[in-house]
Amino acid sequence: MSRAHAITVRVNGTTYQRSVEPRLLLSDFLRYRLGLTGTHVGCEHGVCGACTVLIDGHSARACLMFAVQADGAQIETVESLGTVDNLSPLQEAFREHHALQCGFCTPGMLMTCVDLLRKYPLASDDEIRAGLSGNLCRCTGYEHIVRAVRSVVAKGRR
Amino acid sequence: MSDTHVLRPKNIGARVKRVEDPRLLTGQGAFTDDRTVPGALQVAFRRSDHAHALISHIDTEAAAALPGVFAIYTAPNLPGLVGPLRATSRMPDYHPTEFYPLARGTVRYVGEPVVAVLAEDRYLAEDALELVDIEYQPLPAVSDPETAARPEATLLHAEAGTNVLATRSFARGDAPAAIAAAPLKVGGRFRFRRKTPAAIENRACLAEYDCGRRALTLTLSTQIPGVVRDVLADLLGLPGHRIRVVAPDVGGGFGGKASLYPEEILVAVLARYLGRAVRWTGDRLEDLLSTSQGFDEIVDAELGLDAEGHILALAADVVGDVGAYSIYPWTAALEPVQVVSFMPGPYRVPAYHGRVRAVATNKAPMGPYRGVGRPISTFVMERLVDMAARRLGVDPVELRRRNLVREDEFPYRTASGIVWDRSAFLGTLEGACAAADYAKLREGQAKARAAGRLYGIGVATYAELTGIGSRISAAPGMPINTGTETASIRLDSTGAVSAAFGIASHGQGLETTLAQVIADELGARIDDIEIQHGDSALVAHGTGTYASRSAVLAGGAATLAARLLKERVIRAASHLLEAAVADIDAADGRVFVVGTDRSLTFREIAKAVYSEMGRLPPDAREELEVTKVYDPVFGTTTSATHLVALEIDPRTCQVRIERYVVAEDCGRVINPLIVDGQVYGAVAQGIGAALYEEIVYDANGQLLTASLVDYVIPAAGEVPAIETAHIETESPTTVGGFRGMGEGGTIGAPAAIANALADALAPLGAEIFELPMTPERLFRLIEKAKAGGRGE
Repeated sequence: MSRAHAITVRVNGTTYQRSVEPRLLLSDFLRYRLGLTGTHVGCEHGVCGACTVLIDGHSARACLMFAVQADGAQIETVESLGTVDNLSPLQEAFREHHALQCGFCTPGMLMTCVDLLRKYPLASDDEIRAGLSGNLCRCTGYEHIVRAVRSVVAKGRR
Repeated sequence: MSDTHVLRPKNIGARVKRVEDPRLLTGQGAFTDDRTVPGALQVAFRRSDHAHALISHIDTEAAAALPGVFAIYTAPNLPGLVGPLRATSRMPDYHPTEFYPLARGTVRYVGEPVVAVLAEDRYLAEDALELVDIEYQPLPAVSDPETAARPEATLLHAEAGTNVLATRSFARGDAPAAIAAAPLKVGGRFRFRRKTPAAIENRACLAEYDCGRRALTLTLSTQIPGVVRDVLADLLGLPGHRIRVVAPDVGGGFGGKASLYPEEILVAVLARYLGRAVRWTGDRLEDLLSTSQGFDEIVDAELGLDAEGHILALAADVVGDVGAYSIYPWTAALEPVQVVSFMPGPYRVPAYHGRVRAVATNKAPMGPYRGVGRPISTFVMERLVDMAARRLGVDPVELRRRNLVREDEFPYRTASGIVWDRSAFLGTLEGACAAADYAKLREGQAKARAAGRLYGIGVATYAELTGIGSRISAAPGMPINTGTETASIRLDSTGAVSAAFGIASHGQGLETTLAQVIADELGARIDDIEIQHGDSALVAHGTGTYASRSAVLAGGAATLAARLLKERVIRAASHLLEAAVADIDAADGRVFVVGTDRSLTFREIAKAVYSEMGRLPPDAREELEVTKVYDPVFGTTTSATHLVALEIDPRTCQVRIERYVVAEDCGRVINPLIVDGQVYGAVAQGIGAALYEEIVYDANGQLLTASLVDYVIPAAGEVPAIETAHIETESPTTVGGFRGMGEGGTIGAPAAIANALADALAPLGAEIFELPMTPERLFRLIEKAKAGGRGE
């Protein structure tokens, strides 16, 4: 066992000070130390994207970072979006267009979409698909996710 | 029924938004690993790195001395707690295998669990794994199934006396003679390469033991909580009411979570023995190494036709690579036998001879994967039909018209004995052609070809049995019943409706679709109905969700139970509203006298029955709880036609899918949104099976595709927009008219894509005999064809 490090992170608007081993993955930190189990883990080698969160506003794989690397960072997870009774427009679009089935990849997919919608025009389906290509979904075949994102883009333009 | 008040269903058939979505969208889902249990011991497995070896020595001393390590188990020191899993079958010429939770003496595939370390957390447990020292004495690895089937091959299971764990044959007429005499013969050796289901949530389990009640609860990412409960009751010698298996939110299954696994048994056994919670959450490497695999067959097939292209006879010889163990409960026969039994497909095949051998090799066990067997049989049969069409110079759609079972021929008994009930075989073919504007696509292709482009159009029509009942085993001779389903619906004292089932939804949206069915049958509102599933304690007997069964079986059981409950509600209401039963109906959560404004809510009726004594005569207070078991006996037929247009980039050998159309008949559609979602998702897996996904073992039985970089699952860029056309032929044989449809996309897509690839390469004279057609394989095929050889 190696020495613990004190870190301070701001997650979904709350500041946490914790002592962590240097080898603790950020995904495990969020899930087991902070109890934010909305962030899911699917591969732990950076391919599936299920663990995607926003770090200082940019999407990143929580499984490819150590918690100590997030010291001082602002982190947003799926829990920062809407609630069961008050879904965010993106979450509502996912529901409207049946963009999720088992729901396991969904938190990472949503956080990727939040990042995409903030940064890119997403003018075509090809652009949306390219943006989603770092997140694997085994259930939906992606079409309904593309439609959900497209509908949010369209509403934003109105 | 003399019910004069015809209900107008408004939930069934509607695009109802899913009940399960809000929790899953907000990170409030409850997956197995999300459950927090203080003090739970974490298991990590040291797995075999040999494909086939004797275990000569295991040294765990250094690992056990590591701080934070609680205990270490190996087969010899698992203190007589648990016996092996044996998947039995009444099938003749079948050899079961003994599969222990930890390897005993011999390891038979890379990834087989050998040592279990229990520690305070996973990091510590994995530290300890590295300190475990295992000495192996390597045995020859058996990797090629045809070599393994030879009498002189190294045996995986000495007690079986052979590696051929199951054999079976089907015959109608004298197929070899009919083929020999046929004016036209097409055939070849077809190869479908091994896949893995690859749900995004890896397998996980958590066993908690209540020492006071002496009761075990296993939270498990599984499709089959009922099956697991029943097996554990036998293995542990516990009554069912002291074992509860809960499948909470489950992150995809696709068949990979429809079998019983060593890890699940081990955590259950150890939790009970230690009196502590024990958990294991697999990682992706473990998933690729040890979750059941599928779609691995070699098929030698030949089709004989007359000069007009009518099928005369079919012969198929199948070798299935079933891996190291015969999986519980389905057995090693499951997939290979289905390849042979479904080979004649939706066609009139007067004579057939099919033979299959399920052969053990040193690979992870084969189990069910979405489509089971039929992706392979459909690939072979649809290729043969297209090869024949090309030889005859007949359009492939036209050749299908000549051979598909016609409307007036249902019910049709296939050459292998499967009975197709009335289903839109020709209807989906014409539907797909109309939706795609087939003639125009062909015109476009002619232009593309003239410009030298490799542009192809492929069609595949298939039929499958879904919602199978008690008269047909999901796997041949299997000792468990998968053919019945229970619905237990109750109206409680607050007026809320709860409906409990034996199914276990894991993405199919059954909390929504079953609520739609009950809402319409009972006259309740969807919001007032809770669907309970994925818990072995809910109903007396349940198995789970697999084999495209749940909408048919649970939908049927829900229909029957809801109808009975409605009758009771209406009888109670007739007292309260002082009206004749025949004049009362229910809709939208209200029970009303037809044509009047007199009505009661379900809540008011519930209070009158349960709480407000005196409002009803005692003998009129019926139990507002109904349990019904539904058995479709044989099941029903689902059919579809897939039509794809694609182009091969000759420089990169990448395949671009331009159009993808699915016309399918899944009977009465409960929720078109969900049906579309199932089709899209299954087609995406079929595209993966056709073009990208392949589990590769080398000759030594080492897995070469042990990451998601090597095992390529389609991402959004690889899957096109898919168009669907629903041909709703209500099933004549099921309650509600529903047919199962969750697997079909994966059945049709590989065949349609293979035919389109062959069509694209037709100018070069190449045929497609193998899937997946990765860019590398396409490159080799094209090079060989250009060099003048026939591609094979």
